[in-house]
Amino acid sequence: MIPPAFDYARPSSVDEAVRTLAGAGDEAKVLAGGQSLLPLMRLRLAYPELVVDVGRIPELRGVREDGDTLVIGAMTTHHDVIADPLVRRHAGLLAAATATVADPAVRHRGTLGGSLAHADPAADLPAVVLALDGELVAQGPGGRRTIPARGFFVDFLQSALAPDELLVEVRIPKADGWGFHYEKFHRVAQAYAIVGVAALVRRDNGQIAETRIGLTNMGATPLRASAAEHALSGAGDPDAVARAADSAAEGTRPARDTAASPEYRAHLARVLTKRAVLAAAGMG
Amino acid sequence: MTHISVKVDGTTYEDDVEPRLLLVHYLRDRLGLTGTPVGCDTSNCGACTVELDGAAVKSCTVLAVQADGSEVTTVQGLAHDGEWTGLQRAFHEQHALQCGFCTPGMIMAARDLLREHPHPTPDEVRQGLEGNLCRCTGYQNIVLAVLAASEQEVTA
Repeated sequence: MIPPAFDYARPSSVDEAVRTLAGAGDEAKVLAGGQSLLPLMRLRLAYPELVVDVGRIPELRGVREDGDTLVIGAMTTHHDVIADPLVRRHAGLLAAATATVADPAVRHRGTLGGSLAHADPAADLPAVVLALDGELVAQGPGGRRTIPARGFFVDFLQSALAPDELLVEVRIPKADGWGFHYEKFHRVAQAYAIVGVAALVRRDNGQIAETRIGLTNMGATPLRASAAEHALSGAGDPDAVARAADSAAEGTRPARDTAASPEYRAHLARVLTKRAVLAAAGMG
Repeated sequence: MTHISVKVDGTTYEDDVEPRLLLVHYLRDRLGLTGTPVGCDTSNCGACTVELDGAAVKSCTVLAVQADGSEVTTVQGLAHDGEWTGLQRAFHEQHALQCGFCTPGMIMAARDLLREHPHPTPDEVRQGLEGNLCRCTGYQNIVLAVLAASEQEVTA
């Protein structure tokens, strides 16, 4: 399968990339690692007139600290995110979940920013960054703006990025002291999650003080399981966690597809939330 | 057309290519390096795995223009003066192939795996090769070959 023809630009700086995008209207696509975009183009589900390859912009790669925040360049590959000592120390959930994305060869090419900008609710990292209360920094012709993850995922495969904006970095508040776990249910290795649950848990005196839960593939966008987050406050044993996890699917609208019915996805959300929270809380 | 310069298995090539040309098609159709097969063409099966600047990638999901200025190693670039690598020998000795279609990708992915985990457990081998499918389902001997190769590197 051969992609449709397109024009190709390879800017060497963020400014040049933004200028290129601004000159192309709605017909341009940003090529990050290409692990989602190129399959879509080969299947002729995407027909960009211009592909803007941001793979040779060094300022978009790497991880640094900014006080209590980790700043991850949008073009940092999954492989590099998993291996990064700062990510492992301060955002272990992101490292653990990224290690479940696709397979090693895809993780050498695929990038954190590309996965988030693609805004696929079945992808793992959108729900993880949502659970981590991350922020996404976009640069457009008018400068930079910061978009909270809660406002970034607009609809199926739609982010809050304007056509002339480039996602440049992802800001993750350090989650020191939080337990974490990503529980993913999929049909075979390297398949997309049928449902995934990203959990962060802070304990106090043996009880759960605070929980943040991101849901993968439970609607058109990644979602927070807000009802379960509230219900889990004060849970001190596995039975209490299981009761609270029963509300994990509240407010979700999961899709029906060949892998699962909405009812089955709701069931999975409850079961996987229980497992993820127990593991994150060290009660499993 | 976009001009690219890419080093493949030690030889540097200069070419003008359509931006939509996939790396695997460039290798096979332009350079004649048909040791890298096209399997599923949907980045699932891993048969087309090559190394791009030392990291395993699925060459059906990389554009040739993205390899501009880079170094590509295919399965055909592994042997030196007709001498197989230890990993290739292990695939031969452990009979780690049936039809052979997945073998180039399995070997390239296994190299990547052994670089990251020089002494893998059987489970780590299976996890590390999760992106490579064997249509004959001959996984058992493939895992044994990778384990044997890792042992050779310990004792060699």
